[in-house]
Amino acid sequence: MASVTYDHVVKRYTADLTVVKDFNVEIKDKEFMVLVGPSGCGKSTALRMLAGLESISEGQIRIGERVVNDVAAKDRDIAMVFQSYALYPHMSVYDNMAFPLQMQHMKKPDIDKRVKNASRILGLDNFLQRKPRALSGGQRQRVALGRAIVRNPKVFLLDEPLSNLDAKLRGQTRIELQKLHRDLETTFIYVTHDQVEAMTMGDRIAIMNAGILQQVGTPGDIYDHPANLFVAGFIGSPTMNFVPATAQNGSAKAAGFEVKLPKSLPAGKKGTLGFRPEAVTDRVTDEGNALQMKVDVVERLGSDQFLYGQVGGDSVTARVDPRMKVDPGDTVKLGLDTRSLHFFDSETELALL
Amino acid sequence: MDFSQLLADVPTLVAVIVGVPAVLAAYIVGGEYVVRLLPDKLRPSVRPWIWVGPALAFVGFFLVYPVFGTAYRSLFDLSGNSFVGLSNYVTQLSGFPSGGSWIAIRNNVFWLVFFTVLVLAFGLLFAVLTDRVSYESPIKSLIFMPMAISFVAIALIWKFMYSYQPPGEPQTGTVNALLGIFHQDPRLWVQDPNVANQALIVAAVWGFVGFAMVILSAALKGIPGDLLEAARVDGAGELTIFRRVIFPLMMPTIVVVGTTLVIFALKAFDVVYVMTNGNYDTDVLANRMYKLLTASQDFGDASAVAIILVAAVIPVLIFNLRQFRAVEARR
Ligand SMILES: Nc1ncnc2c1ncn2[C@@H]1O[C@H](COP(=O)(O)OP(=O)(O)O)[C@@H](O)[C@H]1O
Ligand SMILES: [Mg+2]
Repeated sequence: MASVTYDHVVKRYTADLTVVKDFNVEIKDKEFMVLVGPSGCGKSTALRMLAGLESISEGQIRIGERVVNDVAAKDRDIAMVFQSYALYPHMSVYDNMAFPLQMQHMKKPDIDKRVKNASRILGLDNFLQRKPRALSGGQRQRVALGRAIVRNPKVFLLDEPLSNLDAKLRGQTRIELQKLHRDLETTFIYVTHDQVEAMTMGDRIAIMNAGILQQVGTPGDIYDHPANLFVAGFIGSPTMNFVPATAQNGSAKAAGFEVKLPKSLPAGKKGTLGFRPEAVTDRVTDEGNALQMKVDVVERLGSDQFLYGQVGGDSVTARVDPRMKVDPGDTVKLGLDTRSLHFFDSETELALL
Repeated sequence: MDFSQLLADVPTLVAVIVGVPAVLAAYIVGGEYVVRLLPDKLRPSVRPWIWVGPALAFVGFFLVYPVFGTAYRSLFDLSGNSFVGLSNYVTQLSGFPSGGSWIAIRNNVFWLVFFTVLVLAFGLLFAVLTDRVSYESPIKSLIFMPMAISFVAIALIWKFMYSYQPPGEPQTGTVNALLGIFHQDPRLWVQDPNVANQALIVAAVWGFVGFAMVILSAALKGIPGDLLEAARVDGAGELTIFRRVIFPLMMPTIVVVGTTLVIFALKAFDVVYVMTNGNYDTDVLANRMYKLLTASQDFGDASAVAIILVAAVIPVLIFNLRQFRAVEARR
């Protein structure tokens, strides 16, 4: 139950290896914050600095009002779930969960109450005497969660806790984690490389790339208003369409089409026009925004139909009505919804719209 | 050196270099040929025996046969001519606490406890202390170095370390020289029955600590780093982490190393033989057996001592093998 502040935090391993650069985020009390980014971008390092497992090269990390730079991991009152779960293999499930409480010198009956309570919530009642070795991946993951929740920590850290689970279990656990967050009323900081997890779970998302924080915002905010080209391409699946374009008096001209922009840009400005697949549909409302697409691949998902093809030589993905009959090789006329257009500066890659 | 003698042996050498692989190849080819002749069903049960056969023959001839031979001999008198039943054992095991083999047995127990515990303790200490320092490998190489020295040489080194000169004279022995620094009189170490056993055991510990350290250090490195990180986040201090996480996870390895050391302690010979030859109340079973065999030419009694030693080692050996298998199975 505390806020967490990263204040100009830097992590440097050697003079020329900086893996987290000038990191600034304020995570509110009881918030579910997801830290997302491609593998190796420094998410785990950022989390581990908060946990006290890595030193902080520059800047400050605060939990509540307290600066924790020089506080040992064991005194930070933080619980962490590791990607590998890191269960103690020689201890039973019960002892694994009791361990952090024993470290607090809690009385045996109190420990028992808490462990029993957590195991009931997580459905581990029948496994308390087993060793981790004798559990399935999903059960181990629950024990790791249990070991964290028995403590009632100020902050709950999770580093890719679902990546070792199969797809179905991952979906279930995602929902359970959200419920857990609601019940525990604790600050959650959740690290993942999976943008779907980030979008579905986070109250807010912080997106990182190459050690640099790109954007912080609610999932909807980031989806609709990506701050730069990287964020636009990272969030959303299938990814946003990017087409090279030049701005000229109120519209943007690409190789195969020209669209009116909702906001006028300096004429001659070169950049990348971005629009999500769902903005390209089979509903042509305005001839001015129509595209001629040569279809290469048709992907039918039942509820959706995606068309992958070329518009004037640029690759474009469209999401059309699943009942529309299209075959590879066809040329179809599609409409572009101009309300959700993005334009990224070719030099800074920042969003101009 | 007389090289002509070496040259004279060249034909033998050639015969060995060519002959041994030839015999081996002939055995393998011949064995496979025989297996092929058998019906399909029998082959899988016969083939392993062909391969393991030579090893079994060697073990049988050089290990099993001598053990039974020794057991047989222990039932005869010193010259090996007249059957005396168990009377050699009676001689060796009578006169408790100072007659027969009892001094040697007492010292073996002494070795077993102190040698084992000290090597384990120091091995563990060095393994843990060197684990996270940047100069880990040079330090470990240094500590491991004595393992490369034969125990006879180790015993000689320590004889010099313990060497004694009367008070007032320059002390050439390191230990007494150290005492001199603290203005203490030099004292006898190896020749004083009160401390001689301890002095010998210290020498052997010095020679063996590297072995324990290397194996324990490997076990330590086998513990995943995020377990220790998890414990740290869970609120454990470094000592608690060692006691509650590291030590229990190393326990199987500690037991295997420990039982290996116990066996070594039971077999202790070279250090004792070189430093005291069993004098000053430092005799051990292996040295006693050797003395009975060479100095006294008493085959019967020597064999009886040997069998007593074997009987003491076997249970430890079995336990060790079991434990080793358990560790392997847990991987
Ligand atoms: N101890 C270390 N020494 C040097 N570089 C490291 C160390 N730990 C991590 N790195 C580097 O830091 C970068 C970020 O790592 P990490 O935070 O684990 O990324 P991720 O976002 O996948 O969790 C990676 O490029 C990694 O190679
Ligand atoms: Mg990571």
